[in-house]
Amino acid sequence: MRPIPPPPPLHARWSGLRLLEAGLGAWTVVVFLFLYLPILVLVVYSFNASRLNVVWEGFTLDWYGRLWDDTRIMRALKNSLIVAGCTTVLSVALGTVGAWLLHRYRYRFGRTLQTLIAVPMIMPEIVMGISLLVLFTTVGLKLGFLTVIVAHTTFCFPFVLIAVQARLQGMDPALEEAAMDLGATPVRAFLLVIVPYLRPAILSGALMAFTLSLDELIVTFFTASAQVATLPLLVFGMAKVGLNPMLNALSVLFIVATVAFVLFSEHLRRLGRRAP
Amino acid sequence: MHALSDTAPAPAGGRRAGVMAWLLLAPLGLWLVLFVVVPIAGLAVYSFCQRDDLGRVIYDFTWENYARVFDPIYLRILGRSVGYAAVTTVICVAVGYPVAWFIARQRSPLRERLLLLVMIPFWTSFLIRTYAWIAILKTEGLLNGLLQFSGVVTAPLSLLYTPTAVIIGLVYAYLPFMILPIYGSAEKLDNALVEAAHDLGAGPIRAFSEVIIPLTWPGIAAGILLVFVPAIGMFAITDLMGGAQVPLIGNVIQNQFFRARNAPFGAALGIVFTLMFIVTYALAHRRRRSSASP
Repeated sequence: MRPIPPPPPLHARWSGLRLLEAGLGAWTVVVFLFLYLPILVLVVYSFNASRLNVVWEGFTLDWYGRLWDDTRIMRALKNSLIVAGCTTVLSVALGTVGAWLLHRYRYRFGRTLQTLIAVPMIMPEIVMGISLLVLFTTVGLKLGFLTVIVAHTTFCFPFVLIAVQARLQGMDPALEEAAMDLGATPVRAFLLVIVPYLRPAILSGALMAFTLSLDELIVTFFTASAQVATLPLLVFGMAKVGLNPMLNALSVLFIVATVAFVLFSEHLRRLGRRAP
Repeated sequence: MHALSDTAPAPAGGRRAGVMAWLLLAPLGLWLVLFVVVPIAGLAVYSFCQRDDLGRVIYDFTWENYARVFDPIYLRILGRSVGYAAVTTVICVAVGYPVAWFIARQRSPLRERLLLLVMIPFWTSFLIRTYAWIAILKTEGLLNGLLQFSGVVTAPLSLLYTPTAVIIGLVYAYLPFMILPIYGSAEKLDNALVEAAHDLGAGPIRAFSEVIIPLTWPGIAAGILLVFVPAIGMFAITDLMGGAQVPLIGNVIQNQFFRARNAPFGAALGIVFTLMFIVTYALAHRRRRSSASP
């Protein structure tokens, strides 16, 4: 970067810096071990034939197989997928249209609205949970799918909106103008020109919303009834009792799903950034 | 995380919104009012209400719930919650800062790969990750097994359901939330400024405390917000790792709504917690602004 080569005395300092760099690298490795070893332990245990975790008694896929036969787990999985699916659809609709409108038009209170959109993203989950519970009980809404989906959408759609907004900032305004010049109405221009352009951001936001909804425990805890208990609620109940080899297998599947979603979402985001 | 970055896009604003544009935006506006503004207002109203013997809420004004928050029992729990969250935050900064810094200094393909390694736990359910620690710390768990096998201890130690276990669980859950925003700031940091500090005779400590820390402060502040406040109210980790041995404020709030059936008191605790959140947020912002324009 600098035009003149560093004078000799810097060398001494540089080797010190290199030592520091090596130390930081070693520290990073240690922290990654801290982050990943417990997950690795979980994965190994999920294939352990022993009911008690400590001793390795041979490889088995039994625990995974038993997941399918467990009606409670299967029902919770179904509930989770229904909630996450509906939440994703609603979040994408609210987030994409909202981002476009806020980008395209100048609103009074636009700034206030932008701040308000950020609130559910940073608000402590427990406050969101109890405040929605108070709302639902006050208006006499019975806790069920509807209440969970409303709650999840409230904290998921801002993530879609922000992702779409980021992509809109790089958009050429001529794109929409060209469509309009060719005789498209604003709605048609939005659906046929803008949405395709936004697709990577929408997909990446949708994956984020789906993952967030699938993993959410605290808000669900306050807004779900026993009938619509999602997987995290079931896992929480089971984990409180203690270890359970089936729970190990379930957790591993959860982690695999999350990793797949994150990788795919990152891939989309990078695609989106590279495109003009 | 996104919301806390200082590049939050302002409403870009093209042409002035007409009736149609307002109508289209109405669902989003209504959603935010109905499910964010109204619930919080409702919580505030609840916190001044009373309840009857069956736990039903009576709309009769009282300060009693707030008076109860300042009862020594609850003050102690509140203090303990803040203490646990503070310890968690300090550990997260100390552990996470060097990692964020190191990742930000790497060249392109390696940097993205390391970042992805932070993203995966960031997105993985904290519940699952906490559960993984139960398998390690339980009396018949991995760590005790290893300790006994290697002969360090003869009888298994009780590691789970201790304050240390709670802290481990909290740090483990929130560490990625600290690393990512600090990385965001460290990545933007211009190396030339650090070199300039060197050239002007600043030692590594001075360069760090007077150049690097102020310039990465926005990331640290965002990380503190993402770790400190949620950690105060996190009841699931204290339930799982602490076994209800060390109740924190989140556990108390949760109890008021379900077991104790005293929603107004729970609401008052929730409002106090929200106020703490707002104060922390304002403090972090003020510090950021003052460091931006010295």
